[in-house]
Amino acid sequence: MAERNGLPAFELAGERFSSRLIVGTGGFRSLGDMERALVASGTEIVTVALRRLDPGAQGSPLELIRRLDLFALPNTAGCYTARDAVRTARLAREAFETHWVKLEVIGDDRTLYPDAVELLRAAEELVDDGFTVLPYTNDDPILARRLEDLGCAAVMPLGSPIGSGMGIRNPYNVAIIVERATVPVILDAGIGTASEAAAAMELGCDAVLLASAVSRSEDPEVMARAMRSAIEAGYLARRAGRIPRKLHAEASTSTEGIPELS
Amino acid sequence: MIVAVNGEPRELDPEATVAEAVAIAGPVPPSGIAVAVDGEVVPRARWERTKLSDGQSVEVVAAVQGG
Repeated sequence: MAERNGLPAFELAGERFSSRLIVGTGGFRSLGDMERALVASGTEIVTVALRRLDPGAQGSPLELIRRLDLFALPNTAGCYTARDAVRTARLAREAFETHWVKLEVIGDDRTLYPDAVELLRAAEELVDDGFTVLPYTNDDPILARRLEDLGCAAVMPLGSPIGSGMGIRNPYNVAIIVERATVPVILDAGIGTASEAAAAMELGCDAVLLASAVSRSEDPEVMARAMRSAIEAGYLARRAGRIPRKLHAEASTSTEGIPELS
Repeated sequence: MIVAVNGEPRELDPEATVAEAVAIAGPVPPSGIAVAVDGEVVPRARWERTKLSDGQSVEVVAAVQGG
C-alpha cells in the first residue's frame, strides 16, 4: 500500500478525493444537524437537488456546503423520463456551475428503482452534451456495462431501494459489476448501518453514497462518524485480502511442540 | 399576457422579460438558482433581455437538500 496511515486517493472523472464517502443531503432534520454530520463524515462530495424556488425557505443548503468547502453534486431526483432528467441536469449545470450530475431516472414511486430504458437514453444525451454522468443504476451487471460503454464516469448500483435501509440485497451482482468495471463503482442507496457500508467496500466498491442512513438516524453526527470508519475499514480489508471461508476449523496455534502432560 | 411562473398563472406586462417573472417567484438567492422557459434553460446573464410571450411557462428552481 502506498500510504500506511491513510487511504490512497479516490479518483473520479479525473479528480482526486481523499474521502470515499459521498453524503446525500436529503432527510436531515435541520441545517445544524446536517453541518455536524457532514463535518464528522469527512466527506468532500455531497448531493443536492433542485426544486421550485420557495419564497419562505429558511437558509440555503448550498451556502452551508460552500462554507464547508465541499463539492455540491446536483442530482436529478424525482425525474421519471429521460427528457425531464436531461432538462433538470441542464438547469443544475446553470445553477451549480458544474457539468457533473448524479443521474437518477426512476420508474415508480413505490420502489424508486431506475427505469433502465429512460436511464440509458438520458445518459447518452448528457454524455453527448459534455456532462460528467454518474448514474444511479440497478444492481444489474449488463446495465452497468451499457452505462459505462456510453461514457458514464462511474456506475452507481443500488444496494436496495432508496431509503429502505435494507443493505446490499444482492452482493453477488455487486461483485460482478466490480469485477468488470473500468470506471469507479459507487454503491448508492439502501445502506442502513455501518456494517453494510463496510460490506460494500469489501465487495470492491470504490466509494459509497448514502443519505438516510445518516440523516434519519437518531444521532446523525455519530452515525456519520461510524460510516467514515466503516468505509475506511472495509476499504482496507478489501485491500488486505480476506482469508477464504472454510467449513472446518484451522488452528492458528502450531501443534508442534505440545508438551506431554498426562 | 398570462405566463405560468412555477405553475401559477400570472398576469405580466406584454413586454415582460424573464427577470420580471423571476422576481415574482421569490427573493433570488445569490447562487444556486436557474430558470427554464418552456423547459429550456435561460442563463442568468440573459434574464434581463429575454422577452416572454403569452402562454409560456417559467420554472425558477433553487438548491434544496436531496439525494
